Amino acid sequence: MTGKEVSITINGEKKTAEVEPRMLLVHFIREIAGLTGTHVGCDTTNCGACTVIMDGRAVKSCTILAVQADGKKITTIEGLSRTPGKLHPVQKAFVDKHGLQCGYCTSGMVLTSFWLLNRKKKVSEEDIREAISGNLCRCTGYESIVDSIEEAQRNLEKEGGYTEEEIPVRRGR
Amino acid sequence: MMPPAFEYYAPTGVDEVIDLLEKYGDDAKILAGGQSLIPLLKSRITAIPYLISLSGIKDLSYITESSNATRIGAMTVDSDLEYSDTIRKRYPILMDALSKLADPLVRNMGTVGGNISHGDPSNDLPAVMLALKATFVARGRGGNRNIKARDFFIDTFTTALEHDEVLTEISIPVWKEHSGGSYVKFEKGTWNFSVAGSAVQLRLENGAVVEAGIAITSMGPKAMYIPEAEDYLLGKKFHKSVISEAADIVVEKSQPSPDTYGSVEYKKNILKRITMEALENAFRRSGGM
Repeated sequence: MTGKEVSITINGEKKTAEVEPRMLLVHFIREIAGLTGTHVGCDTTNCGACTVIMDGRAVKSCTILAVQADGKKITTIEGLSRTPGKLHPVQKAFVDKHGLQCGYCTSGMVLTSFWLLNRKKKVSEEDIREAISGNLCRCTGYESIVDSIEEAQRNLEKEGGYTEEEIPVRRGR
Repeated sequence: MMPPAFEYYAPTGVDEVIDLLEKYGDDAKILAGGQSLIPLLKSRITAIPYLISLSGIKDLSYITESSNATRIGAMTVDSDLEYSDTIRKRYPILMDALSKLADPLVRNMGTVGGNISHGDPSNDLPAVMLALKATFVARGRGGNRNIKARDFFIDTFTTALEHDEVLTEISIPVWKEHSGGSYVKFEKGTWNFSVAGSAVQLRLENGAVVEAGIAITSMGPKAMYIPEAEDYLLGKKFHKSVISEAADIVVEKSQPSPDTYGSVEYKKNILKRITMEALENAFRRSGGM
């Protein structure tokens, strides 16, 4: 099969490589960009452990071909906080409210939460539960995750999230 | 899991897509958002030697409104429709379906055209388009062809699209005042296929039904519309016995298969309940109760 040259901007850094068309975006991120914070959980589009932000939308990177992401901008968990050693307000909320146990689903949960909280100004508990319906957690029973996202909303109100220019989030048309 | 190897094309125009479809015949398939197709490839339920992506074509993603129709580009992402004011105002039935379609992350990548042209009887948008009496635009070598939603769904994974045709647009008529619809789906968790879905669109005059569209999801080999139930409702006003009887007709015409989601009897019971709920919502939203 013919290899395809693909350029994907991940956390502001452009990565170019020749890949097999069947390579999944999550493997490009993990193996070519070397960013292993994005996890492969179920591999069947159910669990959302592989969630990343692509051109402003939270998506499942195990269900996208790397060639489909050619030319796109991606944010992974490693790119959420831009200051080394400092957590993003959403990450801090997950720490403070114990929104994780084993941590496997956490990067996906945090990115879905980031997308939700930047897309919608004021979210209810129902909005939160609906938004994370594509992210599975097998440890927490979700209560502490919902608490974390509510805390993240308060954090973002206080500290301000990222502006649109830094990590754009698509709000619909 | 890796899909079996394939060649990948991402042309920038529909004509090039048609060229490739003609060249590779049954070995080629169109990739839209991939939220159905990529899982099938990864699990190796299917193998496709030539994958032709529509993502390089710029002008297939749009929502435009006119006085008599709403036109949606086939590559419009589901969530763009979900967050669209036009859709929210004009088609509550579609909002019902979009807000329950897979999960928000899948809706951020999946497309309206893909959901329809995949021909999966458990996809939600086909039944909604049947109830709304939408028309699809297919582009082939000879130009555009309009296909009514009601002539589009042939069998499981089989539609009226010819092999060298591309679905480019979905056109939904504007339903006049005193109309409204609802889609109710029963599923066991967002990650499962639905047990059943029921789509109802009504238009009333003086409280009585003058036009009806009713269609169902996951209850047969394809998304099915139920003309017998639509005819039954004509001239009827809201009453508990009317919605119960209409739902009985829908159940009678459904063709569910027993599977891990439930027996035929169980599925029919679910269909009766959700169809009554959709009918009640549709009457309420069109001002008939």
